[in-house]
Amino acid sequence: MSSMKNFTTAFTFFLAIIAPLVIVTVALRQPDGENAPLEALKAKYPIEHQAGVDHGKMEILQQDFQNPHEITAACLSCHTERGHELMQSAHFTWEREAYIPGRGITYLGKKNLLNNFCTGVQSNEGSCMKCHTGYGWDDKEFDFENQYNIDCIVCHDNTGTYKKASGAAGYPVMGESGPDFKNILANVGQPKSENCGACHFTGGGGNNVKHGDLEMALLTAGRNVDVHMGVDGSNMSCLDCHTAENHVMKGRYYGVSSTNTQRMSCEECHTEFPHLKSILNEHSVKVSCQTCHIPVYAKVNKTKITWDWSTATRKKDGKPYEELDEEGNATYTSIKGDFDWEKNVKPEYLWFNGTADHHLMTDRVDTTQPFLKINTLNGEYRDRHSKIIPVKVHRGRQPYDTENLTVIQAKLWDKEKGKGALWLDLEWERAIKEGMAYVDMPYSGKHDFVATEMYLPVNHMVSDAGEAVSCKECHTPENGRLAALNDFYMPGRDRNALLDFTGKMLLILSLFGVVVHAVIRIISARQSKLQQTH
Amino acid sequence: MDNNSKKAYVYKGFERFWHWNQALLIFLLAFTGFEIHSSYNLFGYETAVDLHNKAAWAFIILIIFAIFWHFTTGEWKQYIPTTENLRAQAEFYLFGIFRNAPHPTKKTVISKLNPLQRLVYLGLKVLIIPVMVASGLLYMFYRYPQDGGIEFINIDNLEIIALIHTFGAFILMAFVIVHLYLITTGHTITSNLKAMITGWEELDVEENEAEKKDNEAAKK
Repeated sequence: MSSMKNFTTAFTFFLAIIAPLVIVTVALRQPDGENAPLEALKAKYPIEHQAGVDHGKMEILQQDFQNPHEITAACLSCHTERGHELMQSAHFTWEREAYIPGRGITYLGKKNLLNNFCTGVQSNEGSCMKCHTGYGWDDKEFDFENQYNIDCIVCHDNTGTYKKASGAAGYPVMGESGPDFKNILANVGQPKSENCGACHFTGGGGNNVKHGDLEMALLTAGRNVDVHMGVDGSNMSCLDCHTAENHVMKGRYYGVSSTNTQRMSCEECHTEFPHLKSILNEHSVKVSCQTCHIPVYAKVNKTKITWDWSTATRKKDGKPYEELDEEGNATYTSIKGDFDWEKNVKPEYLWFNGTADHHLMTDRVDTTQPFLKINTLNGEYRDRHSKIIPVKVHRGRQPYDTENLTVIQAKLWDKEKGKGALWLDLEWERAIKEGMAYVDMPYSGKHDFVATEMYLPVNHMVSDAGEAVSCKECHTPENGRLAALNDFYMPGRDRNALLDFTGKMLLILSLFGVVVHAVIRIISARQSKLQQTH
Repeated sequence: MDNNSKKAYVYKGFERFWHWNQALLIFLLAFTGFEIHSSYNLFGYETAVDLHNKAAWAFIILIIFAIFWHFTTGEWKQYIPTTENLRAQAEFYLFGIFRNAPHPTKKTVISKLNPLQRLVYLGLKVLIIPVMVASGLLYMFYRYPQDGGIEFINIDNLEIIALIHTFGAFILMAFVIVHLYLITTGHTITSNLKAMITGWEELDVEENEAEKKDNEAAKK
């Protein structure tokens, strides 16, 4: 009877202890099965667009064109409205109308903004416009209202043979040494990633120099480099995400953009709740997808991390020279100064609400600051529209006028020596004078170099869940990825030192009190036993 | 067995189920919670968060059942604070216990808590645990009003919630340490523990008739 009762008691006790464990374990089980929406997306994108027109059958395209403007005219003779469309596009205007708080309505873009790579296009158009979707922009006189100045082929050539010439203000190589235009025009179509990459992969003067997450390797690499573009994965093209309506592309680069419009977002395809685990989905209120899913950028080739113009113009034996690293990247050139390159770079992190400001040529340099922000990405924790994003921070030193306190637009390039171009004449004073005169800015005759930072949001080279940033890389007290973002409390990273100290003391005192009490009890029990036996 | 004492059924089945589950959940919440606080690495951060959130829900469900039980059985009256014997009880723990003095408060089935226990457990029930549950729920859900743009319930900063939750955790842990030790201060070292496991405990006689009946019924 008693053993039966003992058994029942023990069994009940066992149940009471084990039941919650079972409940918690069952509740903890991950939902089975695949991520159905993700599988649907994977099935959607490999479908290739089929052209509805064979341009090879168009007689007008089979002429012997003497200059590229005639080609544009031929395109526009059928696509009658596209010229007007493109003349509105930032790919052609290189500026956008934007309201910036504190400045009002601005017309800013690559056309007139500073950067801390080659510092700016003005006075250097002849070279820079190799990446303009037009022909002949080599000075301030370029006609943006003439639709025959549009270069259609640079984006729509599907043969990969069309090339703009270097230093030719956007004109292609034509004639004897040029490619087969009849073939090119017979094979025009939707832009391929190669077309976009020709400029967007090589900004700043070479492959992956500027962005770090946009480079030639994306065309051939696997999904370990980019889950979307990986040739062994969905093999998506730029346009699959960066869709265009009337030649206005979706997606922004905040080195030149200012407003929270026309942005590309992961959520458009993946929704705001892409994870099976709700705790991960909840992060999306404050954390962008890219923050976790781009653990490193420049995964294949190095990108420029610093650019110090102050060391430019040095000569060896009276001649300009270069120094290369083991991969063949220039770490010093007489025409550009010193660079640092890095591969597999961990991004830095900022709050960003989609709006940005820029340091304009007319703005003052604040020499009390440790560095000057070429562009400012706006955002903070308390701003409901802000999310944490990964950025490439490009740090530079570039010339400024020490009297007028303005950042200098220098003339770097010209067709020939003797016109003051830094890259040909290796002389700062003359290059600065020519550049500032071109942009109608005063120059005091005194320059020095100022440290600058530029913030380039990192959006590509996306990793899948397996490679994504883990919890502990941010939720850690020391040297976490988000250590610099200290305007909010993050569990696991932050603590109140006084509270923790008080709490620990409370536990230690409790333990101490209990132990002391127990010891006194034991001793007094022994003494009373001794007294009894005596 | 003491001649002046008699076995009584002190802790009912649900009470014991509730107590031990609560104990387990509090330990689980503490071990995972302090890992989330980055005090150590044990389960791994992601697992710790998962366990902590799941255990929190299990705890909330248990609390709902316990509240129901307390009110339907009238057991909530056990926690009505009293100053009677309060000083004597404190003195017992500070001095009397070392001299083998008798417990100043007679434990009976309808009054099984001494005045100190009444105060401490009431404090847990109406202050510490509600604060932990409330701050825990805010911790889990503070994002949603923000996302939905409901201005007046928007919480801009997690810090105050997190600090309250952390402080509560320290208090609970201090309670656990002292509570575990005080288990040993019953009639014998293990009598309190046995009572909470089996429900039965040796109580000093002075039972009234009604209790006797209860006990008879329970024995059957």
